[in-house]
Amino acid sequence: MIDAVVEGLRFGFMRHALAAGLLVSIACGIIGTFVVVKRIVFVSGGIAHAAYGGIGLGYFLGVNPVLGAIGFSLAAAVAMGLVQRRTRERADTLIGVMWAIGMALGIILVDLTEGYKADLMSYLFGSILAVPATDLLIMLLLDVVIISVVVLFYKELLAVSFDEVFATVENVPVTAIYLLLMAMIALTVVMVMRVVGLILVIALLTMPAAISARFVRGMRKMMVLSSVLGAAFMITGLWLSYFLDLTSGATIILVSGAAYLLSIALQPLISRRRMAGGAAEG
Amino acid sequence: MERTKDGDERREVISLRHVWAGYDHQAVLEDVNLTVKALDFIGIVGPNGGGKTTLFKVLLGLISPIRGEVRIMGEPVEKGRRHIGYVPQLMTFDSDFPIRVWDVALMGRLGSRGLVQRYTAEDEEVVADALRRVDMLDQRERPFGDLSGGQRQRVYVARALATEPSVLLLDEPLASVDPRVSSSIYELLKRLNQSVTILMASHDMGAISSHVKTVGCMNRRLFYHEDDTITPEMLELAYQCPIDLIAHGVPHRVFPEHVVEERER
Repeated sequence: MIDAVVEGLRFGFMRHALAAGLLVSIACGIIGTFVVVKRIVFVSGGIAHAAYGGIGLGYFLGVNPVLGAIGFSLAAAVAMGLVQRRTRERADTLIGVMWAIGMALGIILVDLTEGYKADLMSYLFGSILAVPATDLLIMLLLDVVIISVVVLFYKELLAVSFDEVFATVENVPVTAIYLLLMAMIALTVVMVMRVVGLILVIALLTMPAAISARFVRGMRKMMVLSSVLGAAFMITGLWLSYFLDLTSGATIILVSGAAYLLSIALQPLISRRRMAGGAAEG
Repeated sequence: MERTKDGDERREVISLRHVWAGYDHQAVLEDVNLTVKALDFIGIVGPNGGGKTTLFKVLLGLISPIRGEVRIMGEPVEKGRRHIGYVPQLMTFDSDFPIRVWDVALMGRLGSRGLVQRYTAEDEEVVADALRRVDMLDQRERPFGDLSGGQRQRVYVARALATEPSVLLLDEPLASVDPRVSSSIYELLKRLNQSVTILMASHDMGAISSHVKTVGCMNRRLFYHEDDTITPEMLELAYQCPIDLIAHGVPHRVFPEHVVEERER
């Protein structure tokens, strides 16, 4: 077993895959925590699917589809954020519409593009085993951006997540902070897309954070634990897919899903311990 | 801040002049006039949908009036609202949100610190003091979601106090707490009122009128005479129908002006 693990690591693509998995886990742990506590999983799904429009645009214009996806999902995120804030009613309908239009636009743009488009499926279902070094660099950069923004604006992000009205009254630029959060979700979505594909983005964004919420109280702890859990699921899923010769993205998701279901089953035990622990829990 | 018996020389904390406000050009507030002076404790009662929440939204700058003028400490709302300590309704909270009591109260310091700036030792002192004033300092490490309704309300009051406000604005603060808890909150507010002005909304007329100094009735228009009695006329105007409550002795003076004066000295 150990030998096989070491043998796997001899392949460059496995080392790249592990590095990608770890980098993505950090972004997912931090941003997923906000997505889960602020209950905007659906908005994140919308951004992820709208990003496909950017993939199509990248192909159509002949630029790196990842860059197209970054630009497009940033625009979609800001648009959705504004829709959600300006028109309180029917925001979910409008987000659903953007979700669908982004996807359709991507498909049409790809149709209109001449030539070879073999790795298109990799954006839908992920291709962690084929992450080039340049994409690793983009991921590292995005992680640095996300961590810096969260460290710098932590108190505002917390306030806007917890109580927007109070934050507004205290003259926090609530809309700007909310759009900043949306933009970071967009960046995270693009990273995750490379690993598990846009269809499974929501799973990796939400499951580690949702599990963490059962074990720890407090956003910072949730972020750290989510990142660690995400990394564990990535590594486990990656090796399982290697040994069993299965699709890596889907295997990672199923490992996360199994852990999530297990955490629900263990919930009664955890609550009992928390009751006993009382005020010591923080 | 000078305080005199007739109250006329006390500082104006909030003033609304002929304010009309609403949504999509449908007025909910019609020609509302209100002057809140330093150390007032005003309860606004009225039916649901009568405009109490809209009035608060106007004061917090969440919606702009269609017509009329709003001043807080002599400033327009966007600037003046930093003098307001806002206490929201309890029901709006998501009890799964992972946050400690301390971090909730610390949000009261947001307005004093700009973007990117960290909270200072002074902020922590102010917050500790605010939590002490509501008897919640020993609960500072507890998850906010584990608290009872009354305890949460106390923490919200502490958060509002941490803004070092000139006036506390409470929107239906006791809507979902039991009577025993609500009377202890009223005790707290009465104590705080010795140093801070309070404006609170409630649909529970019986409870509010026996704890505040003065009462106004709100139903699109505001009926307020800087008095602690609800007259049958006010109720009829506000509710547009005769009210049974009058028979149960709503107009009573439990908190006469001169008692306060004596305690102040």
